[in-house]
Amino acid sequence: MTDKKKTTIILFSGDYDKAMAAYIIANGAAAYDHEVTIFHTFWGLNALRKDNQVPVKKGFMEKMFGKMMPRGVDKMGLSKMNYLGMGPKMIKNVMKKHNAMPLPDLVNMAQEQEVKLLACTMTMDLLGLQKEELLDNIDYGGVAAYVGDSEDANITLFI
Amino acid sequence: MESVKVLDAKGLACPMPIVKTRKAIQEINAGEILEVHATDKGAKSDLAAWAKSGGHELLKDTQEGDVLKFWIKKA
Repeated sequence: MTDKKKTTIILFSGDYDKAMAAYIIANGAAAYDHEVTIFHTFWGLNALRKDNQVPVKKGFMEKMFGKMMPRGVDKMGLSKMNYLGMGPKMIKNVMKKHNAMPLPDLVNMAQEQEVKLLACTMTMDLLGLQKEELLDNIDYGGVAAYVGDSEDANITLFI
Repeated sequence: MESVKVLDAKGLACPMPIVKTRKAIQEINAGEILEVHATDKGAKSDLAAWAKSGGHELLKDTQEGDVLKFWIKKA
């Protein structure tokens, strides 16, 4: 079919720094003309959440999960040196100083570069996340979708 | 060296120089030369590897102060 190279990334983590690594690699691979897929599962799903509250019907547990988890990449904490939210503020300042692209912009850039953002539907159910709460123009699937994209991939990473 | 296009990627951090270079090279024709100016210290390895992978030729690179300059011939 295509002779394009492929990169697939599993984003399992919901930390700002780890998501940033995933999205930088995804954008870099897209610039190499790779077909890129990021499979978001568990805490990584939070990267796909819209930053506003979306009214959807939920049970008690699902509501609690929804409140406790970050709504989108910009609200994520750091995996190290989070210091109750001071860490992310500091790193964002440092990033600005060094002209590094903020994580929300990296997500937009990935969508612009046609990186396939895939949300794991099984863990969406576990965490009580619904399609309406996630970004538009993303894909939904499970392990088979990920393996399908990865079996002929040149690079695959778990972050 | 005659470049048909100059990309100013100064001040940009990883991965933007590569993302912008890819966009810029899509806008020129095969055999034409793209000139890239960058200040990211990783740009030299990045652009050399990127050009090689795409079959493009990195004709020359220089450093003037903090600014790294590259000339890439599109394949």
